[in-house]
Amino acid sequence: MSTAMPPLRPANGHAATLPAEKRDDIVVDCHIRELYYGSFKAVRDTEIPIRKNSITAFIGPSGCGKSTVLRCLNRMNDLVRGFRFEGHVRYRGRDIYAHGIDPVAVRRFIGMVFQQPNPFATSIFNNVAFGLRLNGFKGDRADKVEKALRAAALWDEVKDKLNKSGLSLSGGQQQRLCIARAIATEPEVLLMDEPCSALDPIATRRIEELMTELSQKFTIAIVTHNLQQAQRVADYTGFLYVDTTQGGRTGYLVEFNHSKHLFEDPQHPHTQQYIRGEFS
Amino acid sequence: MATNVVERNLAGVEDPFAGVDFSHLERSLRRPRTLIDALLNLATAALTMLALVPLFSVVVMLLWRGGKRLSIAALTSLPPGPLEAGGGFGNAIVGTTVMVAVAILFSVPFGILTAVYLAQSNNKVAEVVRFCAKLLTGFPSILAGVFAYGAVVLATGGFSSLAGAVALSVLMLPTVILTSEDAIRMVPSRMKEAAIGMGATTAQTVWMVLLPTAIPGILTGVMLAVARAAGETAPLIFTALFSNYWLWQHGQMKLMQPTASLAVLIYNFAGMPFKNQVELAWAAALVLVLMVLCANLAGQALSARQVQR
Amino acid sequence: MSSAAPVAEFPTSSPLFDARAGEVTQAPSRGQRIFDAVFRKTCHTFAWLTILLVGFIVARITAAAIPAIHTLGLGFVTGRVWDANAGTYGILAQIWGTIYTSVLALMLGSIFGVAAAIFLSEGFLSAAVFGALKKFNLHLKPVTLRLPDQLERLLKELIELLAAIPSVVYGLWGIFVVIPLIRPWCNWLHAQMGWVPFFSTDLSGPGVLPAVLVLAIMILPTVTAISRDALVSVPPKIRMAAYGLGATRWESLFAVILPAASRGIFGGIVLAFGRALGETMALAMLVGNSNQIKLSLFSPANTLAALLANNFPEAGPKEVGILMYAALVLLAITLVVNVAGAFILHRAALMQSE
Ligand SMILES: Nc1ncnc2c1ncn2[C@@H]1O[C@H](COP(=O)(O)OP(=O)(O)OP(=O)(O)O)[C@@H](O)[C@H]1O
Ligand SMILES: [Mg+2]
Repeated sequence: MSTAMPPLRPANGHAATLPAEKRDDIVVDCHIRELYYGSFKAVRDTEIPIRKNSITAFIGPSGCGKSTVLRCLNRMNDLVRGFRFEGHVRYRGRDIYAHGIDPVAVRRFIGMVFQQPNPFATSIFNNVAFGLRLNGFKGDRADKVEKALRAAALWDEVKDKLNKSGLSLSGGQQQRLCIARAIATEPEVLLMDEPCSALDPIATRRIEELMTELSQKFTIAIVTHNLQQAQRVADYTGFLYVDTTQGGRTGYLVEFNHSKHLFEDPQHPHTQQYIRGEFS
Repeated sequence: MATNVVERNLAGVEDPFAGVDFSHLERSLRRPRTLIDALLNLATAALTMLALVPLFSVVVMLLWRGGKRLSIAALTSLPPGPLEAGGGFGNAIVGTTVMVAVAILFSVPFGILTAVYLAQSNNKVAEVVRFCAKLLTGFPSILAGVFAYGAVVLATGGFSSLAGAVALSVLMLPTVILTSEDAIRMVPSRMKEAAIGMGATTAQTVWMVLLPTAIPGILTGVMLAVARAAGETAPLIFTALFSNYWLWQHGQMKLMQPTASLAVLIYNFAGMPFKNQVELAWAAALVLVLMVLCANLAGQALSARQVQR
Repeated sequence: MSSAAPVAEFPTSSPLFDARAGEVTQAPSRGQRIFDAVFRKTCHTFAWLTILLVGFIVARITAAAIPAIHTLGLGFVTGRVWDANAGTYGILAQIWGTIYTSVLALMLGSIFGVAAAIFLSEGFLSAAVFGALKKFNLHLKPVTLRLPDQLERLLKELIELLAAIPSVVYGLWGIFVVIPLIRPWCNWLHAQMGWVPFFSTDLSGPGVLPAVLVLAIMILPTVTAISRDALVSVPPKIRMAAYGLGATRWESLFAVILPAASRGIFGGIVLAFGRALGETMALAMLVGNSNQIKLSLFSPANTLAALLANNFPEAGPKEVGILMYAALVLLAITLVVNVAGAFILHRAALMQSE
């Protein structure tokens, strides 16, 4: 493969990584060499460092594998039959795909918020307390639940109806409930897959503010289709693109940089075109 | 009426449809197609209504002949001997209840655990299990009795309510498995993903998300199975047999003794030439149908509470 | 670069993730891990137990029947006489009775069952009720707005209720309602047309016809439920295509909808046949328990299931083996029919989803 190198590919395989900069605050170090769903090669050559207390955004056209990369980071893809992965994902220097690592443990430390709000069919309180029960938390649950709901900017709206079903909330509230649920256990990393795609602009703004706040305490990786959103909230942005030259539809990382640099001064022609909206 | 308006509006204007014959657009029974259609409509309606006549007949007969004999005494006393007056089927109600309860104890945990496995896996084993469960639904109930006879009666050396319960649980099992699997699969996969994404183990996902969300559906299945089992006679005739005494004697539960059940009582008494027994059979049938209906209604009420997808 | 040395700030010498166990976040505890493993194993085991149970049932019945199979051989299946005193055992009459009653009940039950399924699936009732209400201009009143749909649902539930009534109650009803009701008519038929084989005997009490009538009622809900599912799952576009060509309701039913649903309906009928073959109580109470092979609808007969129900309670060790043999034959017959039905339905579902 290396002999017939497609022109789209970055020159040395990881030119997309940041230029010389200190690497000692990388919490999740993702290096996907090849990723397959069955015989379908979904992603290749994607190297993304996710830094402590920062927000890292993944952008790119639909189907380029943003969700796939994100789901790799806490081994959600293990649920997919025929999923195969080459490369490594290091969390605090340990390869989470190494032999003997329990994916369940990984997911406790690297939480996830999904595109569609997905509260459980129980009360609001139990939704948020779910992770606490999961971790066998012995302390004051009510306190933790309140803190999480406050952090998710939902407390004022639901404090009087904590026993109502989580499904009775509006879509935006449900999504904030899911965020509250995810942060109640204080995972170190929070993965968010298009968390605002089902929300109206106002709810989106609230969640964006929320993310900025949360990034003080957590490390966040987010997939978004909304370039302004990435520009507004993300410290770093990675642009993924689809490579069709080898017959398949394989996603790969084109460019990764500080959001400011990436949006103001994109290096790669594909990034330039995408940011200027020249792709259909 | 509508045509009048149109005509009035078009007055003075040249009729664009002049010369078109509208008569064949009108619905008329004189046309063979329409006539046949109407006749067939009537025929299906008649057949459907006719199919319900037996239901009404059964209900009316139960209320009339069974209701006449139903009393507190009938519900609480032991079956009468031949030519004896009075009596009832209290022990049969107890027997049916106890056997169904024991059958629930056997079949529900078994069925739900199997369903949890089936809902999570799509491999060959799961397929074979599903196929086996489907086979068991079509399994003649008497063969469940034959099986319990061979496996329990012959092994323990006598007819017993335990044997009856084993036979009933074989009949309940497939319903519990298949409806529980459906109920668990109906739980939106987003919820399952949410739990797994937070680091729930499989067991935690099942206990904390899947089962609580699916419980109305599972209970519906259990109630359906109970309704079916409570009315079963064939598997009990030669497993639990019958008894003229209480299940509860001298302060002990005689689980290993022959046991009365409503269904077998009806069967036995229906064939007797004594008026009292026949009347009791009708009364017992009324009680049995009420029990079965209650189980069915409970199941339906629960299924109405199921979460939407 | 990708294999850069672990970062100093995060110690990695300790076991994975212990480095930053937050206040709440923990790797799964030992207890949780063990519970998870045990729970998964348990579920897997019970799934296997289901398979084993079916195998065990078949094996248990077969094992118990083996002595009888050795002594009686295939003559058991072809012999017509069952006489415990003389020691001759044959179940051809019972097999005949089982199949004869089931086939007749199936014909009757299918006609009514499929008609009811069409009636329920094509919205006849709600359309009719709506039409009637409209005549009196009541169709949009709040009270009556949902009436058509409610009536239709009620009708569906009533048909399902037929299946909820225990078979022994049907047996009771058959003895005290059906037999007295049809007896004069049957005997009149016998007197007038006794030369027709079906009417060649008189109905003196229990017999094939009452058993068939009750059996038909019992299998009707099965036929209706499955056929209705099949009809409802015919894609609407097929229906629309037929209506769009100007077909009447029944023309489109016969031309496209029924053919499209035919596999499902047929599968339902086959499954109902399996039910009928295995049904015991109503037959044991109504068929007369007399081992003879006759075409007459009014003569008593016997079925395999009824034979088992009547003889098991007092069977001695030797008879048990023989009855187990009969049970095995019944098992084989119902198994074949049920597998065929399930297979047809499976294929029908595959065709639908394509
Ligand atoms: N479970 C799966 N099984 C097989 N193929 C999959 C699976 N999930 C995703 N894919 C494929 O992998 C590729 C990348 O999908 P992915 O969902 O990661 O895209 P995405 O960038 O998130 O797109 P979008 O912006 O539309 O969400 C697609 O071609 C998709 O068809
Ligand atoms: Mg996506």
